[in-house]
Amino acid sequence: MSIQDRKIEDEGLAYGVSKLTTDKIQQTFQALIDNETGAKLKAFSESCMRCGMCAEACHFFVSHGDDPSYSPVGKVSQTMTKLLANDGKVTPDDIYGMAQIAYTECNLCRRCVHYCPIGIDVAYIMTTIRRFCHKLGVTPQYIQDTAHSHSATMNQMWVKDDEWVDSLFWQEDEAREEFPNLRIPMDKEGADFYYSVIAPEPKFRTQLIYQAAAIMNEAGCDWTMPSMPGWDNSDMCMYSGDFEMMGRLKRQHFELAQKLKVSRIVMGECGHAFRSIYDNGNRWLGWKDYPVPVVHSIEFFAELFEQGRIKLTGKIQEPVTIHDPCNIIRGYGLMDKLRYVAHQLCDNIVEMYPNREHNYCCSAGGGVINCGPPFKKVRVEGNLAKANQLKATGAKICIAPCHNCHGGLEDVIHHYDLGIELKFLGDLIYELMEKPE
Amino acid sequence: MNSLYNFAVGPLAWAAFIILAVTAVWRLWSMYTLAKQKDASSVAYMSWKFSLRSIANWLIPYKSLGWKTNPVLTAVTFVFHICFVVLVIFVTPHQILLENAFGITYPTLPTAAADALTLIVIACCCYFVYRRVTNKTVRFVTRTNDWVSLGLVAAPFVTAILGSWGVGGEIMPLLHVLTAEALIVAIPFTRLAHILFALFTRAYIGSEFGGVRHCKDW
Amino acid sequence: MYKTKTWNWEVGQRTIADMTPNSDHKWQEEIFISPDGEKASAVVCLDDAEFSIRTNDSVSENTFEKLWELNYTTNGDLCCYAMQDEEWTVMVADKPWEETYGFVWSPLFSADGKNVATAVQQDMEYGMSVNGAIWETLFENANNFAISPDGKKSAAVVQVKSMGQADLKTFRSGIFSIAVDGVAWDNNLMNLWTPVFDNNAYRVAAQVRLTLYDYSIIVDNTLWENTYQGVWEPLFTPDGKHVVAPVRQGGKWGMAKDGQLIWQATYANCWHHQFSEDGENLYAIVAPEYGKFTVAANDKPWEMRSPVVTDLAVSPDGKKAAALANTLNKDWRVCVNGSVWDGSYDMAWKPVFCPNSEAVAAKVRKNGRYNVLVNGKPVGGEFDMCFDPIFNADGSKVLVRGLHDGKALRVVANVPK
Repeated sequence: MSIQDRKIEDEGLAYGVSKLTTDKIQQTFQALIDNETGAKLKAFSESCMRCGMCAEACHFFVSHGDDPSYSPVGKVSQTMTKLLANDGKVTPDDIYGMAQIAYTECNLCRRCVHYCPIGIDVAYIMTTIRRFCHKLGVTPQYIQDTAHSHSATMNQMWVKDDEWVDSLFWQEDEAREEFPNLRIPMDKEGADFYYSVIAPEPKFRTQLIYQAAAIMNEAGCDWTMPSMPGWDNSDMCMYSGDFEMMGRLKRQHFELAQKLKVSRIVMGECGHAFRSIYDNGNRWLGWKDYPVPVVHSIEFFAELFEQGRIKLTGKIQEPVTIHDPCNIIRGYGLMDKLRYVAHQLCDNIVEMYPNREHNYCCSAGGGVINCGPPFKKVRVEGNLAKANQLKATGAKICIAPCHNCHGGLEDVIHHYDLGIELKFLGDLIYELMEKPE
Repeated sequence: MNSLYNFAVGPLAWAAFIILAVTAVWRLWSMYTLAKQKDASSVAYMSWKFSLRSIANWLIPYKSLGWKTNPVLTAVTFVFHICFVVLVIFVTPHQILLENAFGITYPTLPTAAADALTLIVIACCCYFVYRRVTNKTVRFVTRTNDWVSLGLVAAPFVTAILGSWGVGGEIMPLLHVLTAEALIVAIPFTRLAHILFALFTRAYIGSEFGGVRHCKDW
Repeated sequence: MYKTKTWNWEVGQRTIADMTPNSDHKWQEEIFISPDGEKASAVVCLDDAEFSIRTNDSVSENTFEKLWELNYTTNGDLCCYAMQDEEWTVMVADKPWEETYGFVWSPLFSADGKNVATAVQQDMEYGMSVNGAIWETLFENANNFAISPDGKKSAAVVQVKSMGQADLKTFRSGIFSIAVDGVAWDNNLMNLWTPVFDNNAYRVAAQVRLTLYDYSIIVDNTLWENTYQGVWEPLFTPDGKHVVAPVRQGGKWGMAKDGQLIWQATYANCWHHQFSEDGENLYAIVAPEYGKFTVAANDKPWEMRSPVVTDLAVSPDGKKAAALANTLNKDWRVCVNGSVWDGSYDMAWKPVFCPNSEAVAAKVRKNGRYNVLVNGKPVGGEFDMCFDPIFNADGSKVLVRGLHDGKALRVVANVPK
């Protein structure tokens, strides 16, 4: 099988491809090679021995009966290798397939790095293909709409300025019924941290803001939430290939912290935003490391437990397993802290294997879930591997401290009828913590 | 025939090594300048500690996830590379050439051992061929240049063992030298370029994983 | 700016008020001290959904269901957003505007503090209101709000055409524009950001993205001829005749004036540019190489380098600039004209020049304690929290406002020679 045998209809891809000519493709590719890519792409392309060792790394490959066209090297071979071999002279139809591979059949999870003796970063190559497709205007409809939202509102869900502040007030009000003196301090200059979220929280998952506020208040944190754009830490432009917008978003996010003079940013349970902040967006802006430390919720909760600032009424007794989100485990090494927090909350943790930095991706990450309904089946069927992993644990609950993982795993659990409940760490802490009478 | 052979191990060999040296240095240097110019945000994270950590861990058989998942290939890969290096340095004729050129002497392998190692390398190459044909993924991504590289690597060993067995008479040692020279010259321009670049790609990804992602890359 | 001449400049320390939270109140929020240092205010919660503002010892009789975004304007008026019966308004000097709105946010003040503008949402339409007078035309959405320095004109990026869900084509056709006082320019563009006014002629410039790839600057509805790989916010020259903006070309940043490069694109980044008042000197925060930032004056970078540089301030005479440097948001240092003060702090605030440009002050925090530094030396004592220092007109004295053990303090100190 190859990508030519499994094209999926998408308005964005179809529209983009309809405007292409072979010449335009070739010119754009030349410009990409001349102006953007460098030694990394060259060395990776020339050193790959086509040994195929990376195949087993990929959940798409494993879940599709070892179909080579889903293997990391197979995906590179159908995209970058082909482009380089032909100096970018490929057809618009080829581009459709390349875009489909890069945007919807690779989660940029970097699991294959653990399989490649040469150290080839397939995620980088796929990101470069996405960059190329962005330059050609061939991007899946839904992720492109999200990128548009980012550019127009600085958040990924077209949340208007007032809707954001209003949702904070609303959650503050609601929470005061349970925690009478609870505050969500707005724009408090000089606070220890500002709490940043992703736009789906004010839009669909306000409960998460409620819970976070409850935890911050009970733990006595010196915190704030910003009223101004920049509050959304998410970044689909990084994944659509619009790096200029990625830079603009991250600038706004960090400068908000610099304006509020907070010591750090604490981020909700998100994965890709973390990648954008410490790995991609910061670099585009010329910052090595991040200009303001960004603390993921896992680290933050670990800190609260270490300092004894959260009192629990009990622990979860049912078997619980842990899903390691790529962007914060393989991407930031938080596996031990995740386990420390999970063990504070649960008595019976059943590990799934492979785990930690070797864990399989949820298949939603890397912007794949953001490509929307047309590609849902691909990612769900592409993650039989995860379903098998989950099933083998016999757990009733799975902790997944990442929004995208939640989206992806929810679909996997539903599709394979696994009967497992998904939880954020925040869900469990909120459930278990001591609350006022 | 003899003068042809002398030419091959003499001026031609010098030429091959000089071409390799010049092109290898040129390739590494241009890659380095390109990296500095266009991958500054990656070069900034290069670290000795994480580079060496990554290289060391990948030099241990069955340590990385990749090695563990592909047990036969791992064994073949390690054996192949070790035998390759050992043979290149420790077969008596090579040492003699070095002694003639530079006066360097060191102990060498007995002929029987050298033959055995050569056969092992050839067997490894056969395995690579077998895998390239039978493994679905490898077959899917194999292109002509993969075969060319494999052929370039195998040829000097095949000619060496045939020569050692006396097959083909005087032509075989000559073919051995010529194929070896072809291999040497081809290194910077084929898949064999991984000989030049693999340490650096490994060091780079090791530095990224260690310094940015706080996580092992094996 | 501040009318410091009328303030009390007698050297010494005075307690303004004991701001310890009143036990009758459910809680008291963050305290703000007026620019002249005579008043301290905070939002207090009197009961469920009953908020008021406490100033020194008295609590305003005006109570609301919700109050937020308390601010002192430069002329000393207290300003706050207030909500009652689901209607929002703006309180200025304890008087609510007559107009009410569906929502208000992003308060903006004129330089003299006399004019107040805000972003408003009314019946799910968006615009601005200046001193309680809402724009005549409202829009489907608005953001990136700005007012002119005198506060007489307001501008924002507005959405002028509707767009369906995930409708890529309509978005790309351009659905945004800039509205000045509620009147939208007739150019519909893909993206616009950060409209800015000039000093006195109500000209407006903004960043634009014409396609997904081409960025430029628009000035009074006219686009620059050239496009770039990226731009940052534009700035008018002090005489209002030209517009200057950082632009990205060939993967590097430079500076363009009216669409022509005046600083070649050589920087890994270049932003937060600022003119001296006479327009002679142009300063910006730049990164001459990846990961190393500094300040450039007229395209000449200072020698110091730091992973992060922020808070650029230019002296009134235009000959000096000051900025803050930090590493990982710690180890904050104050740099003036390229030389770095001795101390290192957990946090620092934007440096403040005195009117004659001789002294520089900055508020800093170390181990949870706040200080004001003048020319690198602590002045006025240590606080639990303090506000930005303000110099008197001749630059001989500095006013330091702070909180200590619940008390609001006002300290006037001589500027060390």
